[in-house]
Amino acid sequence: MEVTGIKYQKHLPKDYKSENAVRWCPGCGDYAILTCLHKAMAELNIEPYETAVISGIGCSSRLPYYMNTYGFHSIHGRAAAIATGVKVANPNLSVWVATGDGDSLAIGGNHFIHAVRRNVDINILLFNNKIYGLTKGQYSPTSDRGFVSKSSPFGTVEDPFRPAELCFGARGTFFARAIDVDMKNQVDVMVEAARHKGTSVVEVLQNCVIFNDGIHNKISDRTWKADNTVTLKQGEKMIFGKDNDKGIVLEGWNLKAVTIGENGYTLDDVLVHDATTPDSTLQLKLALMDIAEGLPVALGVIRNTDGSSYDRDYQKQIEDVQKRTPRKSFTEFLLSASNVWEVK
Amino acid sequence: MIPTNSVITDIKQVTIRFSGDSGDGMQLSGTLFSTLSAIFGNEIATFPDFPAEIRAPQGSLHGVSGYQVRIGSKDVYNSGDKTDVLVAMNPAALKVNAQYLKKGSIVLYDTDSFQKKDLDKALYTTQDPFAELKLDYVQPIGVAITSMTKSSLEGSGLENKDMLRSKNMFVLGIICWLFNRPLEIADKLLEQKFSKKPKLVEANIKALTDGYNYGSNIHLTASTYRIDPIEASKGFYTDVNGNTATAYGLIAAAEKAGVQLFLGSYPITPATDILQELVKRKDFGVKALQMEDEIAGITSSIGASFAGCLAATSTSGPGLSLKSEALGLAVMAELPLVVIDVQRSGPSTGMPTKSEQTDLNQALYGRNGESPLVVIAATSPADCFESAFEASKIALEHMTPVILLTDGYIANGSSAWKIPDMNDYPDIHPPYVKNHFNGDPEKWKPFLRDEKTLVRYWGVPGTPGYMHRIGGLEKDQLTGVISSNPENHQQMVNIRRQKIEHIAAFIPAQEVMGDQHADTLIVGWGGTYGHLLEASLRIRANGKKIAFTHFKHISPLPSNTYDLLKRYKRVIVAEQNNGQFAAYLSGRFQDLRNIQTFNRVEGQPFKVSELVEEFTKMMEAK
Repeated sequence: MEVTGIKYQKHLPKDYKSENAVRWCPGCGDYAILTCLHKAMAELNIEPYETAVISGIGCSSRLPYYMNTYGFHSIHGRAAAIATGVKVANPNLSVWVATGDGDSLAIGGNHFIHAVRRNVDINILLFNNKIYGLTKGQYSPTSDRGFVSKSSPFGTVEDPFRPAELCFGARGTFFARAIDVDMKNQVDVMVEAARHKGTSVVEVLQNCVIFNDGIHNKISDRTWKADNTVTLKQGEKMIFGKDNDKGIVLEGWNLKAVTIGENGYTLDDVLVHDATTPDSTLQLKLALMDIAEGLPVALGVIRNTDGSSYDRDYQKQIEDVQKRTPRKSFTEFLLSASNVWEVK
Repeated sequence: MIPTNSVITDIKQVTIRFSGDSGDGMQLSGTLFSTLSAIFGNEIATFPDFPAEIRAPQGSLHGVSGYQVRIGSKDVYNSGDKTDVLVAMNPAALKVNAQYLKKGSIVLYDTDSFQKKDLDKALYTTQDPFAELKLDYVQPIGVAITSMTKSSLEGSGLENKDMLRSKNMFVLGIICWLFNRPLEIADKLLEQKFSKKPKLVEANIKALTDGYNYGSNIHLTASTYRIDPIEASKGFYTDVNGNTATAYGLIAAAEKAGVQLFLGSYPITPATDILQELVKRKDFGVKALQMEDEIAGITSSIGASFAGCLAATSTSGPGLSLKSEALGLAVMAELPLVVIDVQRSGPSTGMPTKSEQTDLNQALYGRNGESPLVVIAATSPADCFESAFEASKIALEHMTPVILLTDGYIANGSSAWKIPDMNDYPDIHPPYVKNHFNGDPEKWKPFLRDEKTLVRYWGVPGTPGYMHRIGGLEKDQLTGVISSNPENHQQMVNIRRQKIEHIAAFIPAQEVMGDQHADTLIVGWGGTYGHLLEASLRIRANGKKIAFTHFKHISPLPSNTYDLLKRYKRVIVAEQNNGQFAAYLSGRFQDLRNIQTFNRVEGQPFKVSELVEEFTKMMEAK
């Protein structure tokens, strides 16, 4: 038997790359994210013609131009709502959203939380560089309190959103975190995000080399990365550190980073990661770990639970109604309505 | 004493206004009466006139809800100015609606709710409301509606407050008697309406029948009236309001085009019924989504359009303001989209339940940049079907957003509608990329266009070989790659404009009704058609020559518009705004010096009598 469908053809990362010259600043973290997305799509082996990448406005939102897929670079903040329309219209498409902290958490905050709440099967790549890059350096809704920028010369007097908290608050079913330069983990979480049925939020800690250079250094720089981050893996112990000798334990209601073999802590005390529990309490605590509080920043897939996706349920409702209603032409439908009379 | 012999007088038309508290069920009495009259074979036009408050304090002036029905054996073009019969369930309803009464109008009122406390609530200063309102020219008929409804339903097992709810049916019974309507049709309608509550059906039919018998037994008026059925063309009919007809037009167009219908919307008065109708139509595979806000309503639709649907969004004025930026995106991305604006009084929240034509400028110009699109205005409840179908056809075949303007008056008003045979409607052919270039993607570029129509081809995601990127940035006129080249931008601005102007070749020529060679031409557009037509007919009946033309295609205008307007010495543009269409015409055709304006912005339909009077004055002026 001959297999003729091109579905079975194995794709390479370059198949997802468009001919357009990439125009981000040299050294921008977006280059690495783009490469990872090409790789992730190849690993998923999804057809470029069955893939749609939707974006809003901002540096991150230029990404669709560099994808050899169907792409839509739209308007500020609205990508999640546009992607909802695309996915509900055609649930067979693999739908991705490229967006930033300003795009999705400020002007597009409403669409972001409602997409997450509805659990539409889309993959949101949230590039978080804690700054407005394309408008040249204003603080964003994820900038830390006191952050000095062109629009906050004396420092901000407001607290930032923590994207995970927003996502969990909107009853998100998938949340993962990666660092732009950490290619391996980033590809892994993108693949997991695509496989998850429902809205997947991937926060990529991304470096803006021009306006906020080094903002994630304490996490992304090799000097500190091993001690300041923990990569969570499903079913595995939460171990980190240069020498793999540190672990996360639960003490009372709180998480604590300990050194295994010191102060009476053994490997048995270290927590095992489970991203699949419907109860998000522990996952949220993990997602909010902060080096300022002596805890490593969590990377990897933090929450990944089964939920019912909006597009699939909508389709199912249509099928159910059609199954129990005899199919009619439009004219037949009108004639069968109440209040019909005939003039003879 | 009232005579006891039964006299039936033949009349051509009658206008009845049901009015009472928001909770009195007057909308239902009105709807049932208009529907049963339509089934009986009369022409109908209705005008629900209700407050924005859901349940204002009982008996208060601002809580009065009305439903006007005009029925006739012919020439019912609108819901009428003054009313022949007013049903007033309380003194507030009488006070608010006194302005619609004329000499000899019958006022049927509930004596039980015309007591001192009721008069106080409606801010009367005396105990005689008719004298206080100087209504010595009407025929008041007091009936103890409340107590008779109660005794009619005694022993029905209903709670007291549920019994009182059937007051509206007792009243409807009296009105049915007065106009010789057979009760069987009303009974059937009630059975359909309350099919899941048999007890309610029984009670309502009892109250209705008792109301009818009461009128008949005591000969409440000297004469009852008969309005003969119309001689309509053969076929099946139903009654439809504008919002439902709009929803149907979209479904019909999607079926003709062989595409899925998608609606992204957000509840807003008076447009919500379009969403509520389409969510029911899952049997047709319609995907209608209630989104988180107006912007998500239009942007989800733009996404669905990108993905290959006939996509629409429904809203009213303030919602259209919120959608402006996204509309610009649809213009720039050249995607098909139907935006329905059911106009209401503005600015801002304005008077949400009242109708106006004040969104024309917003529809034409309310976006940043040079942003041309198609604007169509529906002319009657039934025409909403035709207009929604045509808006969809133009959007899909010309790859452009289309704004369909209706208004609260035609959206909520109903008329009889001959059920269309869809075989009589044209097919719709979207310019799918796979049907061109011999199926060879190598010969295609995302912004290649049809040379004649300037329409770009539609590469729907999921089609192998046509992957491409679109967006809100200016793009190279051929490749679609982003471009800020000055010459390219100028050319793209021109192309987008020409593409819309070219659509004039696909719309019918503008026609003139009445005296083609008169000095004066009345010009209207959109939902005022019925009022302006009747006004022009009355002026002709008065022995004066007058021509009338009514625009449905606003952008682009029909190609003969200029030649047509130029023929007349005096062009009176009548609209429910401060002259937006008149200014549009003057701006387009700058050498026209004959344009005069007639404007009313009251949130109420035109009054035909006032139109006749004012137009006649303008015609006689030197």
